[in-house]
Amino acid sequence: MSLTTIFMQLLSGFGQTCLIFFLVLLFSLPLGWLVYFGRASRFKPLSIFVKVYISIMRGTPLMLQLLMWYFGPFYLWKMNIGGGYKFFAIILGCSVNYAAYFAEIYRSGIEAIPKGQYEAAQMLGYRKAETFFHIIMPQVIKIVLPSVTNEVITLVKDTSLVYSVSYIEMFALAKQIAAAQTTIVPFLVAGAFYYVFNLLVAHGMGRIEKALSYYR
Amino acid sequence: MTKEKNPGKGTTVGENAGRSERKALLEICHARKCFGDNEVLHDVDVTVHEGEIVSIIGRSGSGKTTLLRCATLLETIDGGDIIYMGETAVTARFGAIHFAPKETMRRIKDCYGMVFQNFNLFPHWNVLRNITDAPLRVQKREKEEVYAEARELLRKMGLADKEKAYPCELSGGQCQRVAIARALAMNPKILFFDEPTSALDPELTAEVLKVIKSLAEEHMTMVIVTHEMQFARDISDRVIFMDQGVIAIEGSPEEVFSAGNPRMREFLGRYSAEGALQQ
Repeated sequence: MSLTTIFMQLLSGFGQTCLIFFLVLLFSLPLGWLVYFGRASRFKPLSIFVKVYISIMRGTPLMLQLLMWYFGPFYLWKMNIGGGYKFFAIILGCSVNYAAYFAEIYRSGIEAIPKGQYEAAQMLGYRKAETFFHIIMPQVIKIVLPSVTNEVITLVKDTSLVYSVSYIEMFALAKQIAAAQTTIVPFLVAGAFYYVFNLLVAHGMGRIEKALSYYR
Repeated sequence: MTKEKNPGKGTTVGENAGRSERKALLEICHARKCFGDNEVLHDVDVTVHEGEIVSIIGRSGSGKTTLLRCATLLETIDGGDIIYMGETAVTARFGAIHFAPKETMRRIKDCYGMVFQNFNLFPHWNVLRNITDAPLRVQKREKEEVYAEARELLRKMGLADKEKAYPCELSGGQCQRVAIARALAMNPKILFFDEPTSALDPELTAEVLKVIKSLAEEHMTMVIVTHEMQFARDISDRVIFMDQGVIAIEGSPEEVFSAGNPRMREFLGRYSAEGALQQ
């Protein structure tokens, strides 16, 4: 099998990889804020629940979580799951996992904002929501951007974990081709795909960081 | 004509009694504040009249900043009342604290502004936005009027060419002048200063004090917590010397600085000693 054929075949699976990546990012970035608010809530049962959730998400392998989301409904409640559920389980599993990490990153950013910012806002008569969305959040985004970049890069690589529930994307294809053709080339090509993808991600995030560097 | 509430202690006011006839903008009555078991304000009474400049001096830990933070409702008193223009903002009795209804509170909070020791400018906004955002968003005023006023304020602060600059590009003294402009843009009736020059070196201190002095000439009502003794002496109508959470001496600058109070003497002595050490 020629390199071009391998390349073309992996490219056909790369669309799925990208789809998972972008959907998970789309859901987990805002969901992370929600998780943060839950954790910061003064309503104790909620904040304790969220803390346990974050601890489980961070303390167990994502692959295991994906297996749970996918097979759980069947083994636990004997539910019949349709074909579309697999994709849903993957997006759900990755999103709630990444949301936990993002929530902790947001928290670190919010805790870095000096108390004086809130006091100045209060003296100027801003309401709590106005203070948060106009004054605190823009500053938090700048602070957390490098950590978010790290997490996003990890997500690119973590999309390969969905092969554990036999979802066909680039990495699963590479494994299939490698096994069928007894060659290591598909892995090298897949590696190149991830690497280039992450170069672009890092470049893009770097551009955003630069755009926000107009103040300190 | 004006509603005068007498907090028991302040100057007694007769009809047409000259200066004291002016309206009391702020009355702090029997204020108490504890942090844990540590009572940092015991039964403090302060009245600030329209157009008056009051300096609060005293050593660190004497409660002067806490008094200012209680007056501006950044901290909640544990006992006593805070009254603005005859309207009670907060009243605390026997552990029960009552705040004014929302509408009253908004009106009250609109009537004072504060300048912080660390400026607390919003770093992600340029100078002009720092000054104009609250008048536009909070007070919902006309854009053109707000911008014109902001530019006029910047001109007065000697920062006309800095409206596009970000706080990180300015010196401490410039930042503090922007912070003063930001507070003034809200058209407050009282301006509080919490050690406005403590984070600045002597040269920058002078430029900020000059601005405060120019406000004094326009009869802005101001309450200033400061360590600048000479400045307090020059600018104030009244000086309050705080010691261990109470007002130890209160009166005209001449009265307070020449008072025979041993603690005041010790305090001033320490200051001149420190000054001598620095030189």
